[in-house]
Amino acid sequence: MTDTPKTSLATQLIARFGDTLSISTVRNETVAELAAADLIAVATALRDEPAFRFSELIDLCGIDYLGYGQTEWDTETVSGTGFSRGVEGEAQGRFDWAGRPRGGNRPRRFAAVIQLLSLEHNRRLRLRVFCADDSLPMVPSLTLVWPGVNWFEREAFDLYGIIFDGHPDLRRILTDYGFVGHPFRKDFPLIGNVEVRYDPLQKRVIYEPVSIEPRVLVPRTIRDDADLMQAKAEAADHWREN
Amino acid sequence: MQEIRNYTMNFGPQHPAAHGVLRLIMEMDGETIVRADPHVGLLHRGTEKLAESKPFNQSIGYMDRLDYVSMMCNEHAYVRSIETLLGIEAPERAQYIRTMFDEITRILNHLMWIGSNALDLGAMAVILYAFREREELMDVYEAVSGARMHATYYRPGGVYRDLPEQMSKYRESPWHKGADLKRINSWREGSMLDYLEAFTADFPSKVDEYEELLTTNRIWKQRTVGIGVISPELAQQWGMTGAMLRGSGVEWDLRKKQPYAKYAEMDFDIPVGVNGDCYDRYLVRVEEMRQSNRIIRQCVQWLKANPGPVMVKNFKVAPPSRVEMKEDMEAMIHHFKLFTEGYCVPAGETYCAVEAPKGEFGCYLVSDGANKPFRVHLRAPGFAHLSSMDTIVRGHMLADVVAMIGTYDLVFGEVDR
Repeated sequence: MTDTPKTSLATQLIARFGDTLSISTVRNETVAELAAADLIAVATALRDEPAFRFSELIDLCGIDYLGYGQTEWDTETVSGTGFSRGVEGEAQGRFDWAGRPRGGNRPRRFAAVIQLLSLEHNRRLRLRVFCADDSLPMVPSLTLVWPGVNWFEREAFDLYGIIFDGHPDLRRILTDYGFVGHPFRKDFPLIGNVEVRYDPLQKRVIYEPVSIEPRVLVPRTIRDDADLMQAKAEAADHWREN
Repeated sequence: MQEIRNYTMNFGPQHPAAHGVLRLIMEMDGETIVRADPHVGLLHRGTEKLAESKPFNQSIGYMDRLDYVSMMCNEHAYVRSIETLLGIEAPERAQYIRTMFDEITRILNHLMWIGSNALDLGAMAVILYAFREREELMDVYEAVSGARMHATYYRPGGVYRDLPEQMSKYRESPWHKGADLKRINSWREGSMLDYLEAFTADFPSKVDEYEELLTTNRIWKQRTVGIGVISPELAQQWGMTGAMLRGSGVEWDLRKKQPYAKYAEMDFDIPVGVNGDCYDRYLVRVEEMRQSNRIIRQCVQWLKANPGPVMVKNFKVAPPSRVEMKEDMEAMIHHFKLFTEGYCVPAGETYCAVEAPKGEFGCYLVSDGANKPFRVHLRAPGFAHLSSMDTIVRGHMLADVVAMIGTYDLVFGEVDR
């Protein structure tokens, strides 16, 4: 894990793939973003070439960037105007199906994130593929490169509606038989759409529109991490003093 | 000539060998499997989505309920990913406590596995013995957190509290009194660490007992040797980790290769298999129990000698003590903010994995700087393992599917999340 700059994974990736990947390394974790069209070729090279040998695909998951960085409680203007106690927002858990946020289309909303592991070099790499089209997110399937990705792709399809082109068996996997919608999308209500119960009159299990109210106890707040920095400095002082 | 067609058989979800709620649709040619299609998700609770609507700390308890026989290892992955984004590190004593409890958890998990797997394959006795030791370790969980299973003990920045000075004792009852009561309480006179020391001294002989029942047992070998053979290449293609990968002869263990907590300081060995069949994976897991026992002993020794803090002294992340709260206004405010709003984690993303008893349990965490995670994805080893079911059981007999479910060490809390 102690790579010199010359042998570091990022350097090797840039040397091999050039502009195909946009690479960043944060906290020793290398992340490569790439276009969906390049995915299969890059993945095959990463698996087979001796410099990389990412023999295992550890994980693939979907992600929905709708509402990224949105806050429900403005803390910036606190000192000037005081706190606003009315919480407004459309974040997770605050809406039902009728009131779901609409028209929140942002460019590059959906992405598939892949975690690779090389046993030979003891290294990890994260790939991120953004879907070009918001309304029909599509990514090529990796099932021919790593067969183990099969269920992970099914899961991302089920929960986010990302379509994996070329997948042999793209069925829902975690949700109920006959489920409608993609529940992990940020515009899908946390309370869901339907609830299930046994009806003694009809003597069978029935589906009904959900009856619980959306409720969130803690507003979503983004604070500057200056707070944290200060606390860290204070903690360091504390240790020095004692 | 008479026309013979394959028939389809449904297995589970209400079947004792389904280890929870696995539903398998199998296409059979006589008693041979032609195709197996596992249906999962019957225990799907949307843990990852729930976590997005709560402050970071409130989701730690959900982690226990994923793989509900290796609770603290799940917490460890989640807590570690938060710590990575916050850029904080738990104090040394907390790291040792985590290492120790990860290994206690591994033994708990493997005891559950050895008992239920043997039960699936027709050996009734093992589960009775395994649960005897499991109960002893459950008491340690209870002593430290108040809960036997869902502990919520690890916190970003350390662990919830220091190890207790005493163990709970059995009280006199019509069934336990006099000399008998004294005997069952004999380990419990001292602190929790004394109790664990007594346990680790005793445990290897208990593992010998399980081995006595199984390792050379003719029926056990007939059911497991040569069944579900997985080559190293196949294991890597299907993203296998943990004992599934080591059983195939690949020496890969995150505790050695990418050490976290205090594993770098521990002296232990990594057992690997040769043939990659169910029997080798059994041997690997049994040896892992002995190695875990060794690690616990080392941790106990260190923890006895080195008292110290178990939580970072950073009030933006960890709550101040009750005493401080009552003397210091600032501490009071910190406490209030921490429990009403939580802490904000700097924007960024990370993937942190631990070697859970079942394999690599990872947490991919994305934060946009808020007090709630933007996205949490939990990488469950069982999910990857089970997906290979169809490839591996083709051509096996129906009864071997049960052996396979056992050797995958499935728990549906983590597969379905």
